[in-house]
Amino acid sequence: MKNPRALAVQIGFMLLPIAISLAVAAALVISVGRDPLEVVDALWKGAFKDSRKLGGVFNFWIPLTLVSIGLVVTFRAGLWNIGVEGQMMMGALFASWGAQFILMDESLSPLLNVILIALAALGGMFWAFVVGLLKIRLGVNEIFGGVALNALVNVISIYLISGPWQPRIGGSAQGTEPFPTASLLPEFSSTFPVNLFMIALVIAAFLIVLVLLNATRWGLNLKAVGANMRSALLLGVATERTSMSAFLVCGALAGIAGSYRVLFTFDNLRPLASGGIGFLGLLVVLLLSIRLLWVPLIAFAFAAILTGSTRLQIVVKLDASLAGVLQGMLVLFVILFHGVQEVFFPGTLADEDDTSDPSPMHQGGEFRAQRKSLPHGDGADLEGVR
Amino acid sequence: MDIELRNIHKRFGPVHANNDINVKFSHGRIVGILGENGAGKSTLMKILSGFQPADEGEILIDNDIIDYTGPAAAIANGIGMLQQDPLDVGAFTVLENFIYGGADGITLKRAEALAQLQNLSARFGFELDPYQPIDNLLIAERQQLEIIRLLALGVETLILDEPTTGISADQKEILFNALRRLAHDEGLVVLLVSHKLEDVIDLCDEVVVLRDGLITGAMDMPASDDNLTGAVIARTKQQLVTMMFGEALEAEQRPHYQIGAPVLAAKALVVQDQRLDMQPISMTAHAGEVIGLAGLGGSGQELFMRACARLGRIDSGGLDFDGGSSLKTSYRQLFQRGCVFGAAGRLEEGLIAGLTLTEHSALVADDKLQIDWKTVEKQTASRIERYRVKGRASDTIEQLSGGNQQRVLIGLLPDDPKLLILEQPTRGLDVDSARWIWTQLLERCQRGTAIIFNSADLEELVTYSDRIFVFYAGRVHEVPDVGQTTIDELGHLIGGEF
Repeated sequence: MKNPRALAVQIGFMLLPIAISLAVAAALVISVGRDPLEVVDALWKGAFKDSRKLGGVFNFWIPLTLVSIGLVVTFRAGLWNIGVEGQMMMGALFASWGAQFILMDESLSPLLNVILIALAALGGMFWAFVVGLLKIRLGVNEIFGGVALNALVNVISIYLISGPWQPRIGGSAQGTEPFPTASLLPEFSSTFPVNLFMIALVIAAFLIVLVLLNATRWGLNLKAVGANMRSALLLGVATERTSMSAFLVCGALAGIAGSYRVLFTFDNLRPLASGGIGFLGLLVVLLLSIRLLWVPLIAFAFAAILTGSTRLQIVVKLDASLAGVLQGMLVLFVILFHGVQEVFFPGTLADEDDTSDPSPMHQGGEFRAQRKSLPHGDGADLEGVR
Repeated sequence: MDIELRNIHKRFGPVHANNDINVKFSHGRIVGILGENGAGKSTLMKILSGFQPADEGEILIDNDIIDYTGPAAAIANGIGMLQQDPLDVGAFTVLENFIYGGADGITLKRAEALAQLQNLSARFGFELDPYQPIDNLLIAERQQLEIIRLLALGVETLILDEPTTGISADQKEILFNALRRLAHDEGLVVLLVSHKLEDVIDLCDEVVVLRDGLITGAMDMPASDDNLTGAVIARTKQQLVTMMFGEALEAEQRPHYQIGAPVLAAKALVVQDQRLDMQPISMTAHAGEVIGLAGLGGSGQELFMRACARLGRIDSGGLDFDGGSSLKTSYRQLFQRGCVFGAAGRLEEGLIAGLTLTEHSALVADDKLQIDWKTVEKQTASRIERYRVKGRASDTIEQLSGGNQQRVLIGLLPDDPKLLILEQPTRGLDVDSARWIWTQLLERCQRGTAIIFNSADLEELVTYSDRIFVFYAGRVHEVPDVGQTTIDELGHLIGGEF
């Protein structure tokens, strides 16, 4: 498939940014007089010391993987769905409404769980639909629309928490009252506190989206619209519908992720319940140049570092934000090196697609299109000339 | 300056675009570089002008081996190339474009540059307003600017790629006179890449012909001060065609088909534009009819075509497609009813860089969610064969040469649309390829498709159109008797003489 030199360059360019970010992080730790190995040990133990800790990692992994899968879809369509955070939050709001007002007997808890998750998916889709509508009908860039809607949903949630949904006693802006047990997602066990149904859902979503992206017309349409909306329109692709469908799929997955935060991680609705996981999903997907296949793995690594970093404060007396620094650097270096590789070793780039794509790329570096891996182009206003 | 290319090789994957090219260009000569699409002439010129390096081989200037990379270095060595689409900076004025790219040091010597610009313009009879923004210039004027810019940089070898596309008869005469003067009086080497054999015979002193990456022929052209009779031109043309294609081509005569019911009717259609004073346009296209739109680039024909396809704004008037008003219709809806638009910029509008030929086929195949890759691969293979595309199904579209991209684009058009609106359907194609494309298009006409197309190639317009509309600065004029119109008459019409 590829010659050995190309393969070597490719592997080098995968490992180098990771090595450099680790080195920089280590230098940072040393400069404040701590031992980097101590930090590694703390991170490791914080994430994997026992099954409870591991449960904590899954606790992050579930919503992070869901939003990342959704973001692969929107990125494939050339859309920067930065509103994913708000879509999570809107999902959380919808689920919270159901958790408080759809009252069922505890024996019907599984049914109620499914209803609440479906409600959350609807909520996320609703918020994504607004972003899509602004983009497609009114030409509002999805980044601006997304940022505005993120802020708006936060205001709405604070209003609900401190207004209509405030606890009967001691109402503050801390959160709603704990939801009835029937609506909460059950733990597998107290030593491994995760929800298995949700893990199954994540895996199902991953597989379904993988097949949809790589083996169906919808996936091909997304790719075409993402690469060149104007050409796609002229070739007869329903560009507006395709863009909107990408938003809706991402919104649904983000909404489900949001429901997990309020129905499992917490047991009530809090301000900023989405916890920045949507934004972290953007990093995961950028790190992978929009390759879906590795999303669960990288999301797991991110979740492990995040979970482990809570121990940094206690053990090494370093702020937990060191984990964020490491993640940020990792993304920067990976993107940087991707650019370097494209400019200097154009023939060695990894194939964009993972599986059944019938189009293995060739090594015709000379003719390669500009930057393929990140979405480019804007202008959803093409189809809407009336 | 004399130039010699020795043992030049260039490969693109499996394609040997230049295969051991050895050629000399002498000062004071105008040399035509001929060849069909993909013959390797553009590659060779790009190597000479520094846009891409050769894999092997040497370039000698005045018998010294010169090694350079990049267009700037080529210009420093006295070799400059005029691209088909002039690479100037739109928002700048003529003067700013003239200065930019040339200035050494930090300060711009405006007054000096202005004097030089006016000096050079006057010498070649160019009329360039130094303070006009480039956006307002015609293609011919942008070419003129680019020529004197390169001359001011000290270029002694001037390469022109299809310079007569999109300019009027008068502008062509000005250009040719300037080029003759540069070569014959001032001793420059002028290299002309062109598909238009009449132009080559008119202007060049000699030609070099490439085929499949090899030089397959060279000959002197009849001197233009001899009597260039029609017979001489026809004979020379036939010789050149034989060298280019290995066989003689018959003169093209198109059959005309039964004209059917109206498909598209524009009624006093107004498309407003900041730069053009667009007049109301009324025009009806019938099934089986080919309507050619002539005019210099930016005379309003592009706006009109896009408005008809509902890809552009309509300010007033009426537009009917297939019996109903399409004023409130989107392109997507028109597309589903059989109106298809083909844009001139292939990779910008029409094809999708990064997608393979197979994926392009799949995009237009059907609407089912599940893609039947087996069938799509078969369709792709048959398209490649039917449209004689040089490329593999698994190639991404940008790996193909421009001519082959155009064939793919035409190949992706639906089989029986009601209306095809095509921007420059054969732009950049050689004679043989262009005829092939038209055979495909006319087959559709025979089955009842109406075609509206524009072209910078006047011969194409005269050959294939049932009716011709000339656009000039937003005004429209229908050519009364297309059967009797000559290319020369049309050349004057597009210059606004109606």
